[in-house]
Amino acid sequence: MFHFSVVTNWIDEFLRAYLPDVWVLLIEYVLIGAVILGVYAVLALVLIYLERKICAFFQCRLGPTRVGPWGLLQSVADMVKILLKELIKINRVDPLLFRLAAFLVIIASICTFGALPFDEGLLVVDFNIGVFYLLSVSSLGVVGILMAGWASNNKYTRIGAMRSGAQLISYELSCGLAMMTIVMLSGSLQLSEIVSQQSETWNIWRGGIPACIAFVIYLIAGHAETNRGPFDLPEAESELTAGYHTEYSGIQFGFFYLAEYLNMFIIAAIATTLFLGGWQPLHIPGWDAFNTTMDFIPPVLWFFAKAFACVLLSLWVRWTMPRLRIDQLLKLEWQILMPLALIDILLMALWVIYF
Amino acid sequence: MQVINDLLARLPFATIEQHDKEYTVIVPKEKLRETAILLRGLRVKPAMTGIEPLAPAVTDTEARVPATDTEAFATATSGFEFDYLTDIVGMDYGEELGVIYFLSPSRYPSYGLILKTSTADREKPEIDSIFDLWCAAALYEREVYDFFGIVFTGNPDMRRLFLRQDWNGYPLRKDYDANPALNPVPTNNEALADMENLPTTSIDINGERLKEHTKLFETEDYVVNFGPQHPATHGVLHLRVSLDGETIKKVDPNFGYIHRGIEKMSEAYTYPQILHLTDRLDYLSGTINCHATCLCVEKGLELEVPERAHYIRTIIDELTRIASHLLGWGCMAMDMGSITAFVYGMRDREKIMDIFEETCGGRLMANYSVIGGVMQDIHPNFQKRVKDFIPYMRKMLKEYHLLFTGNPIARGRMDGIGYLSKEHAISLGATGPTGRASGWSNDVRKIEPYAAYRHADFKEMLRTDGLTFDRYIIRLDEVEESLKILEQLIDNIPGGAYAAKTKAIIKLPEGEFRQRVEAARGEFDVYINSRGDKYPYRVKFRSPCMTLVNTLAHIAPGTKVADLIMLGGSLDYVVPCIDR
Amino acid sequence: MKYEDFKENEYLESYVKELRENGVNIAVAKLDDLINWGRSNSVWPLTFATSCCGIEFMSLGAARYDFARFGWEVTRNSPRQADVVFCCGTIVHKMAPVLKRLYDQMAEPKYVMAFGSCAIGGGPFKKSYHTVMGVDKIIPVDVYIPGCPPRPDAMIYGMMQLARKIKMQEFFSLPKQPMVDDRHCGLDPQTPEKEPGVVTEGIAGQARNDDSKKGGDDASN
Repeated sequence: MFHFSVVTNWIDEFLRAYLPDVWVLLIEYVLIGAVILGVYAVLALVLIYLERKICAFFQCRLGPTRVGPWGLLQSVADMVKILLKELIKINRVDPLLFRLAAFLVIIASICTFGALPFDEGLLVVDFNIGVFYLLSVSSLGVVGILMAGWASNNKYTRIGAMRSGAQLISYELSCGLAMMTIVMLSGSLQLSEIVSQQSETWNIWRGGIPACIAFVIYLIAGHAETNRGPFDLPEAESELTAGYHTEYSGIQFGFFYLAEYLNMFIIAAIATTLFLGGWQPLHIPGWDAFNTTMDFIPPVLWFFAKAFACVLLSLWVRWTMPRLRIDQLLKLEWQILMPLALIDILLMALWVIYF
Repeated sequence: MQVINDLLARLPFATIEQHDKEYTVIVPKEKLRETAILLRGLRVKPAMTGIEPLAPAVTDTEARVPATDTEAFATATSGFEFDYLTDIVGMDYGEELGVIYFLSPSRYPSYGLILKTSTADREKPEIDSIFDLWCAAALYEREVYDFFGIVFTGNPDMRRLFLRQDWNGYPLRKDYDANPALNPVPTNNEALADMENLPTTSIDINGERLKEHTKLFETEDYVVNFGPQHPATHGVLHLRVSLDGETIKKVDPNFGYIHRGIEKMSEAYTYPQILHLTDRLDYLSGTINCHATCLCVEKGLELEVPERAHYIRTIIDELTRIASHLLGWGCMAMDMGSITAFVYGMRDREKIMDIFEETCGGRLMANYSVIGGVMQDIHPNFQKRVKDFIPYMRKMLKEYHLLFTGNPIARGRMDGIGYLSKEHAISLGATGPTGRASGWSNDVRKIEPYAAYRHADFKEMLRTDGLTFDRYIIRLDEVEESLKILEQLIDNIPGGAYAAKTKAIIKLPEGEFRQRVEAARGEFDVYINSRGDKYPYRVKFRSPCMTLVNTLAHIAPGTKVADLIMLGGSLDYVVPCIDR
Repeated sequence: MKYEDFKENEYLESYVKELRENGVNIAVAKLDDLINWGRSNSVWPLTFATSCCGIEFMSLGAARYDFARFGWEVTRNSPRQADVVFCCGTIVHKMAPVLKRLYDQMAEPKYVMAFGSCAIGGGPFKKSYHTVMGVDKIIPVDVYIPGCPPRPDAMIYGMMQLARKIKMQEFFSLPKQPMVDDRHCGLDPQTPEKEPGVVTEGIAGQARNDDSKKGGDDASN
């Protein structure tokens, strides 16, 4: 099995052979930062392209076809355009908060993205409280959204921000509870540990029914966290024009746009890590030949394949369902998902004790 | 009808004429309110408004007190209350300014009553308001005020409806000065005070006329503008909405952002020229509007239209109705956040556009009906295409139900929201699928079968709950019903000429002509007042959509912001139809 | 129309080719090309329609005509994020200041397409007392698409013309234009508490040509 740790270790040894430790660390930091930003941007472009193509597929259309082969460069063109678009300076906004908001949203998203375990040896820091870190950093984004809505001094953005505040904070709960269910199963908060436990069977099988319930809860709550339809109330195109980012233009809007897509990936990636075995290949106990064949597929591919499968699911829901109303949205969380998640934790506790 | 005659016998001051089922009643303007109250059904109820009346509605206290034998008489005439105010038409007779009220009893919809009154004062024309008798009247009166400057005493909201408050002159008056220098293209935004202060004229105890302003919103209201440029206003409607959190407190619709003055323009155009403007009123039922205008002119000319033309027109009308409902369905789905459904609706609409293109030559603006028949004969492929389309559409309807009707979120959104009672619908004049969803049988195709509808066997779709879901589902049911009509007519198009011969210059004899048709969104009326010229003296189109927006303002308070948008989708109005 | 009869509108390209041959900095020109490639291929329209042409605009977005093929389907509802306003339908006196304001709210570079005869010059409503005789009386227009309403195919052709026009722009070597200061901010068109006065910021604020400036002046007269 090819692990990315080979590459990373080689770079590390190569640098250490020639440079003092301080410099090695410095160079590695810069390198990691650059790689993360690069992968983040590329992934966002890929996701935007995918969404447009898949949405077109659902709607009996073709989607982008003209820019580059099969329209592959469409989102690159979008990026070039949006980078050079004017940033409008608006009177009577809170300039500090207005600018900070866009950065906060994308920083929260990048920080979460950086902590994802893509492969053995391909993760930036292996916190022993990795799950906790993911939860806390990803919930920073809501602060940015609230700031954006407040600072824009526009009524639509304010309603959008209030909605998103109510929505994200609520769904954070069942999201966290669903993650905790898996933490109970694994007995660890460390992401690498959680993944390596799943080398034989993925958590979703290992944890039985409670894990399955947690998975469904996580997918719903996570989908709601990304602010995408049917939970796209903070943006609610047909109601609030563009919701909390109505007043943003140019790359500031681009930040929101990128973060939205990446958050979708991040949620899918966390689902992959916690429930679907992370970068572990599909193993079925007893089928040795099958298992060895699966091992030949590089783990990074496994990770992305699973994550994109979850993304596809999310897109499917997004382009089929109409939007919920705010009271229905909150009812779904507080009356259904949250109690269910609590019961599920109990079930998982029983499962862990008795199986 | 004896009951109506009894009713009218109580109006000794009125001049009464009768043509078949249509009565014309002319009263002096002092007696207008009294007459209106009698016709409305004597027992005056306060206006059923979702919005509290902004000013005391009482203007003429004497007229409110009914005669002693009121109750007995009311029981005798029960069911013959003229509770459906179809339209209010302003008139400039040259010397006098007049107002025409078209009334109809909702239970006997084929009967009609035309109430006329006029005032000789051209400087300060004033007529009593009847805004509290019919919910629909408030907006109609504002329209008449906007066009003719007739102030309706007692109406709490006498802002102009379409034009900006700073507009000079009243454009539909015959002496209107059309000099563009008087009304240049404005570059400034409309003053907020103009939109929020409601001028009212009312009478105090001493009979003095007072002019006062009331505020539309409270100072602490959180007022949000939906529109004029907003994705969910179906055009350029401007809704000013005051919110309490997410809950809607009051909706104030503002029109006129696409007011093109079609009625005034028509007065300078010959009848065949007018037909090109009618398509652009409610562009989604363009051919139906065009058909209505043709029927109205033909009625005046007493022109015999070949049966073939009738059949072709009917088929085209029904195709238009399907196309319109598909778009309405899609837009409603889009308003609720489901863009895929919208694309599906548009996809199937293209099939109809193909049929139109082949036969009429245009996609959206077919301009197919002409006076005396249709523009040209149908394309040889026409019948085959329509016959192919019918099973295809049936299949797609099933898909729509699978995709959207059965969707739990969609059902959850639509269930129990936006109740419109039957009485309210009639009082608002919310015709078409909206009224039928509330149980009001108002299909003009059934009431006064025109063209080839008398040869078709179809059901009028009725539901009783009056909720958003009913308004939604009734459109899809009507598509089904339209397919049935198409099925019956398409194979039986009789031979012969497709249009009757008309004179090169069409002059309508002197008189008033009116034609009602069932457009996709409700009753579309054409009223032509002719003075025997080749131009009409006055043309009025009844917009089914204006009452629908009024309905929105009545039923939206209390719902959430998201519901407002969805209700707009379920009422399915087209703004250029309102603004004309 | 037969395919062979279709004439591509290539005079713009030939002008630019001539200019380039007469010595323009190659590196800058290449960078310009990249920028223009991006801009011309990613034109996000504002969802703005006043009347009938709006329905054809919807058809353009739906399955049959699908302007997503060209990357135009990201319709933005907020003018801040849109690149082009498709002026679909008649503009009347009451709407004129609103449209002007919408245009002012958009971020540079911005383009305007006049859809249909009403937007071009009043169309069938030319005799009306309330119609503005063409949107170019209010805002500068880049592409005119005739028709009542134009067919979606015509709209696609018009879009291609706009893309071609964008490709002709120069990003780096354009003389600076005075800042536009008569803009309004805030999306609610009728909220007066927000003062006018948005200053353009950044390098992108210069990218309009002389014609458009002229159009802007007309409106203020």
